[in-house]
Amino acid sequence: MEYIELFFKSIFIDNMVFATFLGMCSYLAISKKVSTSVGMGAAVIFVLTVTVPLNWLLDQYILQEGALAWLGPEFAEYDLSFLSFIMFIATIATMVQLVEIIVEKFSPALYNSLGIFLPLIAVNCAILGGSLFMQSREIPSFGLAVTYGVGSGIGWFLAILAIAAIREKIRYSAVPPALRGLGITFIITGLMAIGFMSFGGMLTGGDEEKKDTKPEVEAKLELDKKKKEESAKIIAANNTINE
Amino acid sequence: MGILSKKDAALIKDPLFDNNPITIQVLGICSALAITAELKASIVMALSVLFVLGVGNVVISLMRNIIPSKIRIIVQLIVVASLVIIVDLVLKAFAYELSKTLSVFVGLIITNCIIMGRFEAFALGNGPWKSFLDGVGNALGYGVILVIVGFFRELLGSGTLLGFKVLGDPIEKTGLYAIGYENNGFMLLSPMALIVVGIIIWVQRSKNKTLIEEA
Repeated sequence: MEYIELFFKSIFIDNMVFATFLGMCSYLAISKKVSTSVGMGAAVIFVLTVTVPLNWLLDQYILQEGALAWLGPEFAEYDLSFLSFIMFIATIATMVQLVEIIVEKFSPALYNSLGIFLPLIAVNCAILGGSLFMQSREIPSFGLAVTYGVGSGIGWFLAILAIAAIREKIRYSAVPPALRGLGITFIITGLMAIGFMSFGGMLTGGDEEKKDTKPEVEAKLELDKKKKEESAKIIAANNTINE
Repeated sequence: MGILSKKDAALIKDPLFDNNPITIQVLGICSALAITAELKASIVMALSVLFVLGVGNVVISLMRNIIPSKIRIIVQLIVVASLVIIVDLVLKAFAYELSKTLSVFVGLIITNCIIMGRFEAFALGNGPWKSFLDGVGNALGYGVILVIVGFFRELLGSGTLLGFKVLGDPIEKTGLYAIGYENNGFMLLSPMALIVVGIIIWVQRSKNKTLIEEA
């Protein structure tokens, strides 16, 4: 059950593009045609599926505080987590180079159309973001890490596919000249993100954990609300005293 | 600009407006959108990128003749990652609260496309001084957009700037709030960042028609 929950959560609620804005650069640059965006999306799914579990293993057995305990008791006190950026990115860069070689070998057409963006997948924030969120959300098991990787990959794929389809159609519309291309894509993505926010209600309903994972902004909004209510109470109390 | 030749000055000036990394080159969008709900976070982010890009460009430019082109991406990533670790540790030491707000997005400077894009496009082919100027220029261009977006989102969303209540107090109904003004909480949500950037692009391209894309 928790696998299915995490799977759908990573696709819809914590969608890489619409909820956390990761991988926007390639999302905007590659989404002119549906066919190239499918290739890019597939590459992202593949790389995320491989790198998130790999980095999970790294995090569990090398980087975390006390993770080196399996080497012997004298290593138990080491905390290498400050190295996690460099370790994660090295894993990712290696994997991406591998994917690049494979794609160049088996699908030269795709290789040519992806152009500079295949090496840029290494710096696609969605990939590193996947690993960093995996770390900061403390995903407990290897299986869940795989699920999380696949799920967020599919979420990214879905997003780029949708925007590419919209951009192909929007060519026939009368967009103001200054908004053409990049501008309108930004605004459409904003509207899509608002749409995706409605998925946030999917997993609530007696779900206590939901509160912890709430985006900071929402939490802040709630805090503001609380403050407001409190001060309103104080003012009301003052008024009654005055009367 | 006495010390800078005309060409050098252009390296700094171009990315600020007509070749802006965010609105024209479409690089480094992710962080620009995610952390701009507050002006303070935007400024810190812009400064971090300024440091990483300025120093990183110089380092890569110095090493450009000894990096084998096959593994250049890994080398570049290691350089950026080391610089970002420095930024991260400094932030944690001196501005802990802020580093919590920025959360993973400091780490994501590594994958900020501006940095890799500038390494690939400029530092690998130019000398250290020019690369430094290019790095600073692009980071400033990035920072300008970040600050503009942060400014509007914080002003319209929470009615504050850098934490100061510039529009009056919403609870005690002073300032603008006295005449019935309300904060637009929607501005704090992330989708609005996209729309604000979209509007910036709109304004910029209406002013400079040469930037308009062909349909």
